[in-house]
Amino acid sequence: MAIKKFAVAAYDDEAVLFPAVKKVRKSGYKLHDVYTPFAVHGLDVEMGLKETDLHIAGFIYGICGTSTAVGFISWIFTSDWPIVYGGKPHFALPAWVPITFELTVLFAAVGMTLTFCYLNQVMPGVKKHVFHPRQSDDLFVMAIELNEHTPEAEVIKFLKSTGAKETSVQTAEEGWWYGRWDKPEAYEALNAG
Amino acid sequence: MNDRFEIPARLRNTSLALIAVGVLALIGGIASLLTSHVDTERARFWSVLLHDSVFFTLITAVSIFIQAAVSLAQGAWIVAFRRVPEAIGANVWIFGSIATVVLFAIVFTFKDSHGVNTIFPWVTPAADDHIIHGKSAFLNKGMFVGFTLAAVGLWSYFGIKFRAMSIAQESAPKNDTKIYWKVFRMSGVFLLVYALTQMSTIPWLWVMSIDAHWFSTLFSWYTFASAFVSGMSLILLWVVYLKNQGNLGLVTTEHMHDLGKFMFAFSVFWTYLWFSQYMLIWYANVPEETVYFKMRQQGPYSIIFYANFIINFVMPILILMARPSKRNYFTVTFMAMVIIFGHWLDYYQMIMPGPLGGNWHINWYEIGIFMGFLGLLIFTVSRTLSKASLVPHNNILLKETAIHIA
Repeated sequence: MAIKKFAVAAYDDEAVLFPAVKKVRKSGYKLHDVYTPFAVHGLDVEMGLKETDLHIAGFIYGICGTSTAVGFISWIFTSDWPIVYGGKPHFALPAWVPITFELTVLFAAVGMTLTFCYLNQVMPGVKKHVFHPRQSDDLFVMAIELNEHTPEAEVIKFLKSTGAKETSVQTAEEGWWYGRWDKPEAYEALNAG
Repeated sequence: MNDRFEIPARLRNTSLALIAVGVLALIGGIASLLTSHVDTERARFWSVLLHDSVFFTLITAVSIFIQAAVSLAQGAWIVAFRRVPEAIGANVWIFGSIATVVLFAIVFTFKDSHGVNTIFPWVTPAADDHIIHGKSAFLNKGMFVGFTLAAVGLWSYFGIKFRAMSIAQESAPKNDTKIYWKVFRMSGVFLLVYALTQMSTIPWLWVMSIDAHWFSTLFSWYTFASAFVSGMSLILLWVVYLKNQGNLGLVTTEHMHDLGKFMFAFSVFWTYLWFSQYMLIWYANVPEETVYFKMRQQGPYSIIFYANFIINFVMPILILMARPSKRNYFTVTFMAMVIIFGHWLDYYQMIMPGPLGGNWHINWYEIGIFMGFLGLLIFTVSRTLSKASLVPHNNILLKETAIHIA
């Protein structure tokens, strides 16, 4: 994670946002992220985000749950403490299926929830920089990462031309952090340099 | 965009050839099985006809159910290919009529050399058979005839009516919602009809009463799940076929993805019911109940029992789980064919152990009759499809379906 400079544009209409995202991607500026008040269908495609691998993680968690359940129960009932229940064999697989199923679901659900939180950088106590206070209200906010080849003025002018209602340049931590939310000395160091 | 579907000569010839195979198998069956002196051979003649006619009636009736369910939920995703379930649903009357004839023939005429109806034992119960006599208030010829006629009649009516209303919408004034709400209301009525027939009484009478001493309270759900997943696969096969012919331009990978999800989810749902029925009986271990699985799991049908589990659960869950495989035309087409075959086997093992005991064969007769029904399905549905535009013009959800994202 690093502290970087961003050009930020706020739009008030999806119909303006979509062409703007398209233009940004075409222009070659580095699109950091787009923040919207609600889930906008098709925006992920427009931004060129790749399909998440969360499903694969979920499958692996599920398999872990299945093997934990079958392994643990079969160890108990066949070797550790074998008891005859209702004339059933020690290795009574059909009776274990419901528990195996539940544990599969539990592992997959809990594992995917935690992975989802990690990937999206949301956790209790985790801080992220907010580019615009109205990004969760009524504005669609787009952040573009700046570097030495993309002068602020040029990018801001470009963003205005795409129909942005508000624009600004901000220095911010790009990832998430834990604990105190502000790091003024780091910002000052960057701005001074 | 190509609105009209013209039946390619190849499809028509294939379907006619399949029907010819079916007719030949039927003639062969009459010549060698029906006139046989062996009781199980005569039972085989009828129970194979019962198996295929019931299977095809139930999987085509699913098309009416899916239209009703989606209309009631005001879903738009189905509108892009709505003509396919409509065309399948409008032909339920053909399969329903065949099933009715076969079922009535079995109930009223079939007897083995001892005068016992081995397919539906409740028709000719022994005098001291208290279990069947205890069920006679429901399991009797009057109930059987009444429920069969009512179910087939209502399914046929709704199947034809839904298609007619959808076609009427094309010539309605633009953005007119009168027919839309009429379909909405009739969908609610149909779901009630369907719940009282396919989801309860009809499988009891048509299939479960073959093992008349035995019963399972979730049997109808289980047969419904089986029919539903094969019915969705059938719709998917038609959609893929029509798309390959250059029709159904509105259908995108997103719609296919949704159909794939249905195939995946309802394969799991089927497994859930299949296993629930099995596990409770296995656990309780009551002889009156376990006798059903004695024949199927440990007896002569064990190969079908395990094949059923592998084809209908293990294959769909492993192959269809990943997102890319549900968006791949080859995978979904392959799996749709596998699923239809798998559930055909599932119905086979529900029906055959009663009348045939261990003397089951999947041979020229079984395959020939199946091909005959398949040919009839292709022939009738393609004919219906070619009669109207494949795009439901003027449907108020048309725009929404075009931009649908799974």
